[in-house]
Amino acid sequence: MSDRLLDARLVVDRGTFRLDVPLRVAPGEVVALLGPNGAGKTTALRALAGLHPLTDGHVTLDGVDLDRPATEGWVPTERRSIGVVFQDYLLFPHLSALDNVAFGPRRHGVDRRAARATAREWLGRVGLDAQAQRRPRQLSGGQAQRVALARALAVAPSLLLLDEPLAALDARTRLDTRAELHRHLSAHPGVTVLVTHDPLDALALADRLVIVEGGRVVQEGDGPSVTARPRTDYVARLVGLNLYRGRADGHTVRVAPELTLTVADRLDGEAFVAFRPAAVALHPTRPEGSPRNTWAGTVAGVQRHGDNVRVQLDGPIGVAADVTPAAAAQLQLIPGQRVWVAVKATETHAYPATG
Amino acid sequence: MSARSMRTAVAVLVAAGMVAAGLALAGCGAGDDQATGGTEGGRVTVFAAASLTESFTRIGKDFEAANPGSSVTFNFAGSSALANQITQGAPADVFASAAPANMTTVTEAGNADGTPSTFARNQLVIAVPRGNPKGVASLTDLTGPGVKVALCASQVPCGAAARTALDAAGVALTPVTLEQDVKGALAKVKLGEVDAALVYRTDARAASAEVTGVEFPESARAVNDYPIVALKDAPNPTGARAFVAYVRSAPAQAVLAEAGFQAP
Amino acid sequence: MPRRRGRVPAALLIPAGLGLLFLVLPLAGLLIRAPWTTLPQRLTEPGALTALRLSVQTATLATALCLLLGVPLAWVLARVEFPGRRLVRALVTVPLVLPPVVGGVALLLVFGRRGLLGGWLDATFGLTLPFTTAGVVLAESFVAMPFLVIAVEGALRAADHRYEEAAATLGASRWTTFTHVTLPLVAPGLAAGAVLCWARALGEFGATITFAGNYPGRTQTMPLAVYLALETDLESAIVLSLVLLVVSVGILVALRDRWMTNA
Repeated sequence: MSDRLLDARLVVDRGTFRLDVPLRVAPGEVVALLGPNGAGKTTALRALAGLHPLTDGHVTLDGVDLDRPATEGWVPTERRSIGVVFQDYLLFPHLSALDNVAFGPRRHGVDRRAARATAREWLGRVGLDAQAQRRPRQLSGGQAQRVALARALAVAPSLLLLDEPLAALDARTRLDTRAELHRHLSAHPGVTVLVTHDPLDALALADRLVIVEGGRVVQEGDGPSVTARPRTDYVARLVGLNLYRGRADGHTVRVAPELTLTVADRLDGEAFVAFRPAAVALHPTRPEGSPRNTWAGTVAGVQRHGDNVRVQLDGPIGVAADVTPAAAAQLQLIPGQRVWVAVKATETHAYPATG
Repeated sequence: MSARSMRTAVAVLVAAGMVAAGLALAGCGAGDDQATGGTEGGRVTVFAAASLTESFTRIGKDFEAANPGSSVTFNFAGSSALANQITQGAPADVFASAAPANMTTVTEAGNADGTPSTFARNQLVIAVPRGNPKGVASLTDLTGPGVKVALCASQVPCGAAARTALDAAGVALTPVTLEQDVKGALAKVKLGEVDAALVYRTDARAASAEVTGVEFPESARAVNDYPIVALKDAPNPTGARAFVAYVRSAPAQAVLAEAGFQAP
Repeated sequence: MPRRRGRVPAALLIPAGLGLLFLVLPLAGLLIRAPWTTLPQRLTEPGALTALRLSVQTATLATALCLLLGVPLAWVLARVEFPGRRLVRALVTVPLVLPPVVGGVALLLVFGRRGLLGGWLDATFGLTLPFTTAGVVLAESFVAMPFLVIAVEGALRAADHRYEEAAATLGASRWTTFTHVTLPLVAPGLAAGAVLCWARALGEFGATITFAGNYPGRTQTMPLAVYLALETDLESAIVLSLVLLVVSVGILVALRDRWMTNA
């Protein structure tokens, strides 16, 4: 069991940029590398596929070193047991959907008839029997995505790699395809690594998220734990939370020189404080009485956000607040307007920044 | 598809033809302008066969020295190309051809002023690499096994002469190549690709650093006459006649003899 | 469709028309001067047909040789990083700027009887190239190959090389990727290059007459026959030129319809 997994430390130097991502994935597990553009996700995927050699570290799959610069261990791309779904699919334009899917089995030594049979079976599984003879340019985006998936899976790879598998699709197709892709990834017995900048895709498809920023892993865990306890601004923005780092002392966390927040959790030392924009209340004058965190802020921006209005505020800390359209009209929120910001301690979530 | 493109092609060609006719008319006008302006400074334009390049360049200088105020401009090329240029209206004063046939082209087109006269003769020699490594002494030696020979193509004067000489000698010779001109045949000898070539004595002499010319008796049966004539539409008729006369004078004949030509 | 795009600007249309005229006017000249009454009898002259057959054969063989050597060369230039690649690319285009006659002399200096390789070929295999049909093919290939290499290299550079990566992830070796993915992807560019190459080989004169000489049935191709006909008989030269023109345009149009329309 232990040697059936993917064990990697992906180190790639590209000029001033350095990617250094440790990665262990068990068979049957789906891991999403999630991060902003330029974080190095695609480089990591290419390193796993052997399309970009490592500078240091290693890629070990099923106990075999695919790439290990220290010992000059190297297995070229075409001899790795992998399947790749590229962001724009890269279906061969001169081949039919069927021959695209049969291409991999043929290269793995299967005769033409058997390869076509395998391809037909895979096209059936992704629901494209009727499109088998079509050329890629005659397929819709969703169909092309499914052909690309079938092509990657037809060689029964130990390691399935997907680069932004849904990014090229329109919103509607994306919903349907995401559900279907989830079904196929769950059924895949090998290791699956997918790369995306879309948190919804990551949460819907992956068992585990690895957040990469600036070439480093900044946070790792299953969906609920990552969304509940973001550790960087990027993750907080992804999951729609206000996030601050500060020094905790009992029920208070100092998040800015002149601002200390009262929190429900009790802890000491370096800590994060997170709360939802909907938990932020805005007032024309300083609210009195209740055990609230209050401070003066300046409206920096106002925009619609679903049924509500999202207000960006400057002040001792930048904060996003969601208010109803009625409240926004009453407060006459325009950029430059001074307002009072209030957050209940019970609406906050504080957790240690270390470990 | 093909029928449509054919129709289009025809339409384009018809249009092109009409424009071509227009340009031809415009060209005639331009030619007249040049003709009136060409006599200034006593300039004589001579169209001469390529084999005359060295000797005529010297003769031209001598002519200018003997006729102060005159200047001679040459256009050296293959005789047939020159004949075509003249019949197409090129503004030349004198035509010196390496073969009577090309001169006939010009006289029959009515471009000659008077009758052409022969001013030099050229004879074939067997050009072999310097030192004659294969010991070639006669035309018969060229038919030996492993002897590669270049001749001129029968369409050009040196080829016609070679054919006549070989026939006269009764030698059946299969060359490896029929060159476009005498310089081409000579180049094959210089490069060592052939063992021998039939070329004019003047050409062999001009290349004496690399080739040796072997004389053979049958060449007397294929002597090439070089005719010269002043042209009817000459921009400078006086200069044209003066140059033709000079080429036939003793000093010019001495230059030609030195180059390997025989006197007419 | 043209209405939606707006009118073609005169600044483009006028030079385009002049350019077309410049290219077809000489052709019109040939047609106007052609001796139409004696044409059938001139066409059936055996010399003309022999030269035509030899031209088509050698140009086709030369194109095959250029494909065999030129496509891999184009691939290396487009896909492999190596020191001096720019220099090699410049060298490939040398035959384009070299006067063909000089190219012929250069070929003689290498493959000729006293050439660097020619002497060895003769001594070892009894193989001589000058004055042979093989020599014609060699001369035409030398002059025509740059057209193929440049066209194919351009097509390879324009093609998305990530398709080749995709093929590798599916288990294809570099050779299989080349034959099954790269070549089909650049097929239109390859066809265009081959057609250019063939056309250039068909019209080749200078290198051929210098390297292979001129002998009817063996090395006298159509352009050589035209040149020599010009020495004695302008009309017969025009007829031969027209034949060459009709055959080459016919073949090019046929190939274009078959190969390049579905690109």
